Amino acid sequence: MIRTLLVRGLLVGLLAGLVAGGFAFLAGEPHIDSAIALEEAAAAAASGDGASAPHSHDAGAPAEHHHGEGAVVGRPVQRAGLFLATGLYGVAVGGVFALAFAGLRGRVGPRSEPLLAIAAAATAFGAIVLIPFLKYPANPPAVGDPETITARTLLYVVMVAVGLASVAIGVAAARRVTVQEVWARGLVGGVCFLVPVVAAWVLLPTVDEVPSGFPASLLWDFRVASLGTQLVFWAAFGALFALAGERAKARVG
Amino acid sequence: MSGLSTSANPIPLHRLARWLLAVPVLMLLAYLVLMDNGAISQTGTFLHELMHDGRHLLGVPCH
Repeated sequence: MIRTLLVRGLLVGLLAGLVAGGFAFLAGEPHIDSAIALEEAAAAAASGDGASAPHSHDAGAPAEHHHGEGAVVGRPVQRAGLFLATGLYGVAVGGVFALAFAGLRGRVGPRSEPLLAIAAAATAFGAIVLIPFLKYPANPPAVGDPETITARTLLYVVMVAVGLASVAIGVAAARRVTVQEVWARGLVGGVCFLVPVVAAWVLLPTVDEVPSGFPASLLWDFRVASLGTQLVFWAAFGALFALAGERAKARVG
Repeated sequence: MSGLSTSANPIPLHRLARWLLAVPVLMLLAYLVLMDNGAISQTGTFLHELMHDGRHLLGVPCH
Protein backbone atom coordinates (compact mmCIF):
# COMPACT_ATOMS: atom_id res chain seq x y z
CA MET A 1 0.00 0.00 0.00
CA ILE A 2 2.65 2.50 1.05
CA ARG A 3 5.02 1.26 -1.65
CA THR A 4 2.26 1.70 -4.25
CA LEU A 5 1.57 5.25 -3.07
CA LEU A 6 5.28 6.14 -3.05
CA VAL A 7 5.88 4.81 -6.58
CA ARG A 8 2.73 6.64 -7.72
CA GLY A 9 4.01 9.89 -6.18
CA LEU A 10 7.45 9.56 -7.80
CA LEU A 11 6.08 8.79 -11.28
CA VAL A 12 3.23 11.31 -11.19
CA GLY A 13 5.71 13.88 -9.88
CA LEU A 14 8.05 13.23 -12.81
CA LEU A 15 5.16 13.55 -15.28
CA ALA A 16 3.75 16.72 -13.68
CA GLY A 17 7.29 18.14 -13.55
CA LEU A 18 7.72 17.61 -17.29
CA VAL A 19 4.31 19.20 -17.96
CA ALA A 20 5.31 22.20 -15.82
CA GLY A 21 8.64 22.27 -17.66
CA GLY A 22 6.75 22.54 -20.95
CA PHE A 23 4.73 25.46 -19.61
CA ALA A 24 7.88 27.12 -18.25
CA PHE A 25 9.63 26.63 -21.59
CA LEU A 26 6.83 28.37 -23.50
CA ALA A 27 5.84 31.02 -20.93
CA GLY A 28 9.09 31.67 -19.09
CA GLU A 29 12.12 31.13 -21.35
CA PRO A 30 11.52 34.29 -23.46
CA HIS A 31 11.65 36.39 -20.26
CA ILE A 32 14.85 34.64 -19.07
CA ASP A 33 16.46 35.40 -22.44
CA SER A 34 15.39 39.06 -22.22
CA ALA A 35 16.78 39.37 -18.69
CA ILE A 36 20.11 37.75 -19.67
CA ALA A 37 20.39 40.11 -22.66
CA LEU A 38 19.93 43.07 -20.30
CA GLU A 39 22.43 41.61 -17.81
CA GLU A 40 25.08 41.13 -20.49
CA ALA A 41 24.48 44.58 -21.98
CA ALA A 42 24.90 46.15 -18.52
CA ALA A 43 28.06 44.12 -17.84
CA ALA A 44 29.51 45.03 -21.24
CA ALA A 45 28.79 48.70 -20.60
CA ALA A 46 30.40 48.50 -17.15
CA SER A 47 33.59 46.83 -18.40
CA GLY A 48 33.96 49.31 -21.26
CA ASP A 49 34.18 46.74 -24.02
CA GLY A 50 31.85 44.01 -25.16
CA ALA A 51 34.54 41.36 -25.58
CA SER A 52 34.30 39.54 -22.26
CA ALA A 53 31.27 40.49 -20.24
CA PRO A 54 32.01 39.58 -16.64
CA HIS A 55 29.24 39.56 -14.06
CA SER A 56 29.44 42.83 -12.16
CA HIS A 57 29.67 40.97 -8.84
CA ASP A 58 31.93 38.18 -10.01
CA ALA A 59 35.07 39.00 -8.05
CA GLY A 60 35.31 36.42 -5.31
CA ALA A 61 31.58 35.80 -5.21
CA PRO A 62 30.68 32.25 -4.14
CA ALA A 63 27.87 31.95 -6.68
CA GLU A 64 29.95 33.23 -9.57
CA HIS A 65 28.47 32.21 -12.87
CA HIS A 66 27.99 33.24 -16.46
CA HIS A 67 25.30 32.94 -19.06
CA GLY A 68 27.13 33.73 -22.27
CA GLU A 69 30.35 32.43 -23.76
CA GLY A 70 32.75 31.09 -21.18
CA ALA A 71 29.97 29.51 -19.14
CA VAL A 72 30.44 25.95 -17.84
CA VAL A 73 27.00 25.14 -19.24
CA GLY A 74 25.83 26.95 -22.35
CA ARG A 75 22.37 28.40 -22.92
CA PRO A 76 21.04 25.52 -25.08
CA VAL A 77 21.97 23.03 -22.35
CA GLN A 78 20.44 25.33 -19.70
CA ARG A 79 17.17 25.31 -21.67
CA ALA A 80 17.21 21.50 -21.72
CA GLY A 81 18.24 21.57 -18.05
CA LEU A 82 14.91 23.28 -17.35
CA PHE A 83 13.11 19.98 -18.00
CA LEU A 84 15.69 18.04 -15.97
CA ALA A 85 15.18 20.46 -13.06
CA THR A 86 11.37 20.48 -13.12
CA GLY A 87 11.26 16.70 -13.64
CA LEU A 88 13.59 15.94 -10.71
CA TYR A 89 11.81 18.55 -8.56
CA GLY A 90 8.59 16.67 -9.34
CA VAL A 91 10.14 13.33 -8.34
CA ALA A 92 11.38 14.75 -5.02
CA VAL A 93 8.23 16.59 -3.93
CA GLY A 94 6.02 13.86 -5.41
CA GLY A 95 7.65 11.24 -3.20
CA VAL A 96 7.33 13.35 -0.06
CA PHE A 97 3.73 14.18 -0.98
CA ALA A 98 2.89 10.49 -1.38
CA LEU A 99 4.22 9.64 2.10
CA ALA A 100 2.33 12.59 3.62
CA PHE A 101 -0.77 11.39 1.74
CA ALA A 102 -0.30 7.90 3.20
CA GLY A 103 -0.22 9.41 6.70
CA LEU A 104 -3.19 11.77 6.20
CA ARG A 105 -5.42 9.23 4.44
CA GLY A 106 -8.34 8.30 6.67
CA ARG A 107 -7.16 10.70 9.40
CA VAL A 108 -7.31 14.26 8.06
CA GLY A 109 -9.25 15.85 5.22
CA PRO A 110 -11.83 14.46 2.77
CA ARG A 111 -12.69 10.77 3.12
CA SER A 112 -12.68 10.44 -0.66
CA GLU A 113 -9.17 9.59 -1.86
CA PRO A 114 -9.27 11.59 -5.11
CA LEU A 115 -10.68 14.60 -3.26
CA LEU A 116 -7.95 14.24 -0.61
CA ALA A 117 -5.30 14.13 -3.36
CA ILE A 118 -6.60 17.34 -4.93
CA ALA A 119 -7.11 19.11 -1.58
CA ALA A 120 -3.61 18.11 -0.41
CA ALA A 121 -2.01 19.26 -3.68
CA ALA A 122 -3.84 22.62 -3.47
CA THR A 123 -2.72 22.97 0.16
CA ALA A 124 0.87 22.12 -0.76
CA PHE A 125 0.81 24.80 -3.50
CA GLY A 126 -0.39 27.36 -0.96
CA ALA A 127 2.06 26.34 1.77
CA ILE A 128 5.31 25.81 -0.12
CA VAL A 129 4.78 28.05 -3.18
CA LEU A 130 2.29 30.88 -2.64
CA ILE A 131 3.21 31.85 0.95
CA PRO A 132 6.99 32.02 0.21
CA PHE A 133 6.30 33.71 -3.17
CA LEU A 134 4.34 36.56 -1.59
CA LYS A 135 7.30 37.36 0.68
CA TYR A 136 10.22 36.43 -1.56
CA PRO A 137 8.94 36.43 -5.17
CA ALA A 138 10.85 34.70 -7.97
CA ASN A 139 13.47 36.80 -9.75
CA PRO A 140 14.79 36.60 -13.31
CA PRO A 141 18.53 36.59 -14.11
CA ALA A 142 20.15 40.01 -13.55
CA VAL A 143 18.07 40.53 -10.39
CA GLY A 144 19.72 39.56 -7.11
CA ASP A 145 23.21 40.06 -5.69
CA PRO A 146 25.25 36.78 -5.82
CA GLU A 147 26.94 37.80 -2.55
CA THR A 148 23.63 37.40 -0.66
CA ILE A 149 22.50 34.11 -2.25
CA THR A 150 23.10 32.05 0.90
CA ALA A 151 21.10 34.41 3.13
CA ARG A 152 18.27 34.69 0.59
CA THR A 153 18.12 30.92 0.13
CA LEU A 154 17.94 30.47 3.92
CA LEU A 155 15.12 33.03 4.21
CA TYR A 156 13.26 31.27 1.39
CA VAL A 157 13.57 27.91 3.18
CA VAL A 158 12.32 29.54 6.39
CA MET A 159 9.23 30.81 4.52
CA VAL A 160 8.56 27.32 3.13
CA ALA A 161 8.78 25.95 6.69
CA VAL A 162 6.48 28.73 7.95
CA GLY A 163 3.96 27.86 5.22
CA LEU A 164 3.93 24.15 6.14
CA ALA A 165 3.88 24.78 9.90
CA SER A 166 1.05 27.33 9.58
CA VAL A 167 -1.13 24.90 7.63
CA ALA A 168 -0.46 22.22 10.27
CA ILE A 169 -1.32 24.65 13.09
CA GLY A 170 -4.50 25.82 11.33
CA VAL A 171 -5.72 22.27 10.64
CA ALA A 172 -4.89 21.08 14.18
CA ALA A 173 -6.70 24.09 15.70
CA ALA A 174 -9.82 23.57 13.55
CA ARG A 175 -9.94 19.91 14.62
CA ARG A 176 -9.75 20.83 18.28
CA VAL A 177 -12.80 23.12 18.11
CA THR A 178 -15.65 21.19 19.67
CA VAL A 179 -18.54 23.16 18.15
CA GLN A 180 -20.15 21.53 15.16
CA GLU A 181 -20.65 24.67 13.04
CA VAL A 182 -18.37 24.43 10.01
CA TRP A 183 -17.96 28.22 9.81
CA ALA A 184 -16.70 28.41 13.41
CA ARG A 185 -14.14 25.67 12.84
CA GLY A 186 -13.08 27.32 9.61
CA LEU A 187 -12.74 30.68 11.35
CA VAL A 188 -10.58 29.30 14.17
CA GLY A 189 -8.45 27.30 11.73
CA GLY A 190 -8.11 30.26 9.40
CA VAL A 191 -7.02 32.64 12.17
CA CYS A 192 -4.51 30.14 13.60
CA PHE A 193 -3.14 29.63 10.08
CA LEU A 194 -2.93 33.32 9.21
CA VAL A 195 -1.33 34.63 12.43
CA PRO A 196 2.06 32.89 11.94
CA VAL A 197 1.99 33.57 8.18
CA VAL A 198 1.36 37.30 8.60
CA ALA A 199 3.86 37.47 11.48
CA ALA A 200 6.56 35.94 9.23
CA TRP A 201 5.64 38.27 6.35
CA VAL A 202 6.01 41.28 8.67
CA LEU A 203 8.99 40.18 10.79
CA LEU A 204 11.35 38.54 8.30
CA PRO A 205 13.74 40.92 6.49
CA THR A 206 12.69 42.36 3.16
CA VAL A 207 14.79 41.50 0.11
CA ASP A 208 14.80 44.05 -2.69
CA GLU A 209 17.75 43.68 -5.06
CA VAL A 210 16.08 44.76 -8.30
CA PRO A 211 18.63 46.94 -10.11
CA SER A 212 17.45 50.47 -10.84
CA GLY A 213 16.30 50.68 -14.42
CA PHE A 214 15.30 47.01 -14.68
CA PRO A 215 12.03 46.95 -16.70
CA ALA A 216 9.06 46.55 -14.35
CA SER A 217 7.00 44.83 -17.05
CA LEU A 218 9.70 42.18 -17.58
CA LEU A 219 9.93 41.57 -13.83
CA TRP A 220 6.13 41.19 -13.62
CA ASP A 221 5.92 38.92 -16.66
CA PHE A 222 8.71 36.71 -15.33
CA ARG A 223 7.09 36.42 -11.88
CA VAL A 224 3.70 35.52 -13.38
CA ALA A 225 5.40 32.86 -15.55
CA SER A 226 7.22 31.48 -12.50
CA LEU A 227 4.08 31.31 -10.35
CA GLY A 228 2.26 29.81 -13.35
CA THR A 229 4.91 27.08 -13.62
CA GLN A 230 4.31 26.03 -10.02
CA LEU A 231 0.51 26.30 -10.46
CA VAL A 232 0.68 24.04 -13.52
CA PHE A 233 2.87 21.59 -11.61
CA TRP A 234 0.58 21.30 -8.57
CA ALA A 235 -2.64 21.26 -10.62
CA ALA A 236 -1.25 18.52 -12.87
CA PHE A 237 0.18 16.63 -9.90
CA GLY A 238 -3.08 16.69 -7.89
CA ALA A 239 -5.22 15.67 -10.86
CA LEU A 240 -2.86 12.88 -12.03
CA PHE A 241 -2.32 11.53 -8.49
CA ALA A 242 -6.11 11.34 -8.01
CA LEU A 243 -6.58 9.77 -11.44
CA ALA A 244 -3.84 7.18 -10.91
CA GLY A 245 -5.48 6.12 -7.64
CA GLU A 246 -8.89 5.71 -9.29
CA ARG A 247 -7.41 3.70 -12.17
CA ALA A 248 -5.62 1.38 -9.75
CA LYS A 249 -8.87 0.88 -7.81
CA ALA A 250 -10.76 0.09 -10.99
CA ARG A 251 -8.17 -2.53 -11.99
CA VAL A 252 -8.29 -4.28 -8.65
CA GLY A 253 -12.09 -4.13 -8.81
CA MET B 1 -19.83 11.52 -4.92
CA SER B 2 -21.03 7.96 -5.25
CA GLY B 3 -18.48 7.11 -7.95
CA LEU B 4 -15.50 8.22 -5.87
CA SER B 5 -13.66 5.72 -3.75
CA THR B 6 -13.31 6.41 -0.06
CA SER B 7 -10.38 5.48 2.10
CA ALA B 8 -11.15 2.67 4.49
CA ASN B 9 -8.83 2.55 7.50
CA PRO B 10 -5.83 4.77 8.18
CA ILE B 11 -2.45 3.16 7.53
CA PRO B 12 -0.90 2.34 10.95
CA LEU B 13 1.87 4.81 11.71
CA HIS B 14 4.39 2.07 12.65
CA ARG B 15 4.09 0.71 9.12
CA LEU B 16 4.72 4.18 7.74
CA ALA B 17 7.80 4.80 9.89
CA ARG B 18 10.44 2.90 7.88
CA TRP B 19 9.24 4.51 4.63
CA LEU B 20 9.99 7.91 6.13
CA LEU B 21 13.70 7.04 5.59
CA ALA B 22 13.03 8.02 1.96
CA VAL B 23 12.27 11.61 3.01
CA PRO B 24 15.90 12.69 3.65
CA VAL B 25 16.93 11.15 0.31
CA LEU B 26 14.17 13.05 -1.52
CA MET B 27 15.04 16.26 0.34
CA LEU B 28 18.69 15.83 -0.73
CA LEU B 29 17.52 15.46 -4.34
CA ALA B 30 15.41 18.65 -4.00
CA TYR B 31 18.39 20.46 -2.47
CA LEU B 32 20.73 19.42 -5.30
CA VAL B 33 18.21 20.48 -7.94
CA LEU B 34 17.12 23.75 -6.33
CA MET B 35 19.91 25.09 -4.17
CA ASP B 36 23.33 23.46 -4.42
CA ASN B 37 26.14 25.79 -5.49
CA GLY B 38 28.89 23.25 -4.87
CA ALA B 39 28.71 22.94 -1.08
CA ILE B 40 27.49 19.32 -1.08
CA SER B 41 27.83 18.19 -4.70
CA GLN B 42 31.49 19.37 -4.85
CA THR B 43 30.99 20.17 -8.52
CA GLY B 44 31.42 23.91 -8.22
CA THR B 45 28.73 25.84 -10.07
CA PHE B 46 27.94 22.95 -12.45
CA LEU B 47 24.58 22.04 -10.86
CA HIS B 48 23.74 25.73 -10.46
CA GLU B 49 24.21 26.30 -14.17
CA LEU B 50 22.61 23.05 -15.34
CA MET B 51 19.48 23.65 -13.21
CA HIS B 52 19.66 27.43 -13.78
CA ASP B 53 16.46 28.03 -15.76
CA GLY B 54 14.49 25.59 -13.61
CA ARG B 55 15.57 27.29 -10.39
CA HIS B 56 14.50 30.70 -11.72
CA LEU B 57 11.13 29.48 -13.01
CA LEU B 58 10.34 27.30 -9.99
CA GLY B 59 10.74 30.47 -7.91
CA VAL B 60 13.81 29.54 -5.87
CA PRO B 61 16.51 32.19 -5.24
CA CYS B 62 19.16 31.49 -7.88
CA HIS B 63 21.73 34.28 -7.74
